[in-house]
Amino acid sequence: MMKQFSGAVLLYCTALVLAPFFMGVILKVKAFFGGKKGPSLAIRYQTLAKLLRKGSVYSRSTTFIFKLGPLVSLAASLTGLAFLPVAGQNPVFSFQGDIVFIWYLFGLARFFTVTAALDTASPFEGMGAAREVFFGFLAEATIFLVFLQFALLSGQYSLASFLAGSKAINISSQAGFLLVLIIPAIFFVMLTENARVPVDDPATHLELTMIHEVMILDHSGPDLAIIEAGVFARMLFYATFIANLLLPRGYGLGTQILLFSLLVLLLYIGIGVLESITARLKMDQVPKFILTSFALAFFAIILSLEVTP
Amino acid sequence: MYNFLQLQPAVPVKRWEIPVLPFLEFRQALLDCAAEDGYVVHLFGYAEDENLYMLAVMRRNNCLLAVRCRLPETLASLTADNLKFHLFERELAEQFGIRPQGHPWMKSVRYHQNWVGRKDVFDNDYTLDIPGKYPYFQVQGDEIHEVAVGPVHAGIIEPGHFRFQCIGEKVLHLEIQLGYQHRDVERLLVNSSPGRAPFILESVAGDTAVANSVCHSQAVEALTGTISTDRDKRIRTIAMELERLANHTGDLGALAGDVAFAPVAAYFGRIRGEFLNLLMALSGNRFGKGLVRPGRVLATWNRAKFKELTDKITELKPQIEEVSNLLFSAHSVLARFENCGIVSREKAAAIGMVGFAGRASGLDYDIRNAFPTEVYGSLPGVKPSYSRGDVFSRAWIRHEEILHSLVCIQQLLENDPAASDSDQSGSPARLASDSVVVTMNEAWRGELSHAVLTGDDGRVIRYKIKDPSFHNWTGLALAMRNEGISDFPLNNKSFNLSYCGVDL
Repeated sequence: MMKQFSGAVLLYCTALVLAPFFMGVILKVKAFFGGKKGPSLAIRYQTLAKLLRKGSVYSRSTTFIFKLGPLVSLAASLTGLAFLPVAGQNPVFSFQGDIVFIWYLFGLARFFTVTAALDTASPFEGMGAAREVFFGFLAEATIFLVFLQFALLSGQYSLASFLAGSKAINISSQAGFLLVLIIPAIFFVMLTENARVPVDDPATHLELTMIHEVMILDHSGPDLAIIEAGVFARMLFYATFIANLLLPRGYGLGTQILLFSLLVLLLYIGIGVLESITARLKMDQVPKFILTSFALAFFAIILSLEVTP
Repeated sequence: MYNFLQLQPAVPVKRWEIPVLPFLEFRQALLDCAAEDGYVVHLFGYAEDENLYMLAVMRRNNCLLAVRCRLPETLASLTADNLKFHLFERELAEQFGIRPQGHPWMKSVRYHQNWVGRKDVFDNDYTLDIPGKYPYFQVQGDEIHEVAVGPVHAGIIEPGHFRFQCIGEKVLHLEIQLGYQHRDVERLLVNSSPGRAPFILESVAGDTAVANSVCHSQAVEALTGTISTDRDKRIRTIAMELERLANHTGDLGALAGDVAFAPVAAYFGRIRGEFLNLLMALSGNRFGKGLVRPGRVLATWNRAKFKELTDKITELKPQIEEVSNLLFSAHSVLARFENCGIVSREKAAAIGMVGFAGRASGLDYDIRNAFPTEVYGSLPGVKPSYSRGDVFSRAWIRHEEILHSLVCIQQLLENDPAASDSDQSGSPARLASDSVVVTMNEAWRGELSHAVLTGDDGRVIRYKIKDPSFHNWTGLALAMRNEGISDFPLNNKSFNLSYCGVDL
């Protein structure tokens, strides 16, 4: 038992340490498509180190809420990741119903990010906050539909029961065909929640078009580093989620971890490719994009009625 | 027919040849002309022997028409009857302290004390750090929110303030307020020596350095009776087209960047650099500064340069075609460009838009065809194939103009310009006295025009520059009506107007 726990902690820590590396992969892929050399794969570590060395600047019109935003956001992401199985292994923590807990932990993080943004009283940040809340709200519908689906399939209510162990929901399991619909649905939500193209553009400098970036415009130095670290962890959460669903089972632990890492890498490369071959959606088309993921999850539920015991 | 004097671009007339009408007749003549498909090229005030005059240059059916009047103490606004005069009258009010009665949008343009020591029209106190009493247009209502952008921006761009009145994501009204770069260029040019003027002109708008120099040189050449050689004309034309190419390719790249289509942004960014480097090879400056001077062209022009230019253009042409194809065949890009920021032909005509933005809205006016200068008369024209007035049309026209410019340059390079004749160096002669000359060129944004007035001793008494942006900024504001606020950067880039070109 103790050994399993420490193994889970080790996997959790490794995943966290690698999160910035994977974000660097996206940049490298995009640079490749642009015919550029691109920054080194360690760029995100360097960014974090640079920001941590700097001082933070606070506007006189902000309150403690503004400083709380980044901390709550990072704490929520780190906690959420601890409930997620890595490479099909049992996670650090798990309990029945943790899916609801985790999602509203992320909800709490969003609440604090948004209030910190509103705290600056900047019209840009208010706009970004409005978009974040609206799109996040739509994405929540998809995620809970997916969880409902998984709960129907496994009869359990925890991420560990969905994704780890012998009865894990997986492409090789009985309900594997449903994942053809569910994985794209989660992928869409991943793009939405992590401010990626085609929903948001992490590379833009144009405040009026931003969603996530605009809310953190006033954060600087270590605060910004904390936010960035939270973003990396959140991105990894979704990538891990999808990779677990795709991971073939029945190999040794070493092979399984290797295959898992490759799947995660492929997902990040996939995001890089997607961001290179497609433009952003018009802002008023974003809800349609998110609701498409809802429709996919919804059809999966209908199909699963045949499979559930 | 009205009492106008017909002008030719870059052909001087004596000032007394231009008829002086009483104000009311002057006003009616301008309004009648503007109502019958006439457009304002210039409307400005100047002082002559202690008296203030107003000079108007209109353009109608490819004719330039000039008329003058004594500047009255108060005047009935022309803008009240025709929007084409809007900014011209505001500028006039600011420079000469005259209030056009009934002007619907009487606000400062550049925030400076008027030139004649009259009481300020806007009640501004220019000793203050922030002098502007600028009444923004406001929409009232519980669900209305106001977004202020700039004058300090996140990118490396010029200062300008944009005030949006929004309901949710939708923009009801955009007010654009410039004037943060006022350098008093027009008066600086009156007092500058002939040797210094070209340097000032090249800094009026950095991305239009060549076209401004050409306008200036044509004016000085016209007033001194200098005839530039065919070689010089060809080099100037090549330089103007290279300027157009650099800006159009750069902007197409920036448009791609604004919709997060990263590869095309990178490729066009690189290609823009190639064109700037060609200007560098031609003139020693990436923006073509120091190339064009009145009466001569300071190009290091030999067979090696000639070959370099020819080879580079041949090399770049297929690359541009390929990248354009990548941009305009991506559905996700077209979904952003099409039907975004539409300026209808009616609106564009009502405010008198010019250049590629005007052509994108269906106003078929290109100085290269209408008033060909330099060697444009011998070159083919370009007709836009879309005129829907949206971002797509503005982007597509630029793509067509890029290909057209390449053809023009290739045609100009068919005969080795170095072969024709050698560098001539003439010292600028005295300018003709009591004269008026108006020069016009199709700069990459559109109609760029300089008007130079000389006094009885041949000194410049008034130098007026009109950048095409002066006409088109209102077009951007109109494009944003009922458009999503997140599409503003895209629309802004599709026009890419000059801030400093307006703050003269």
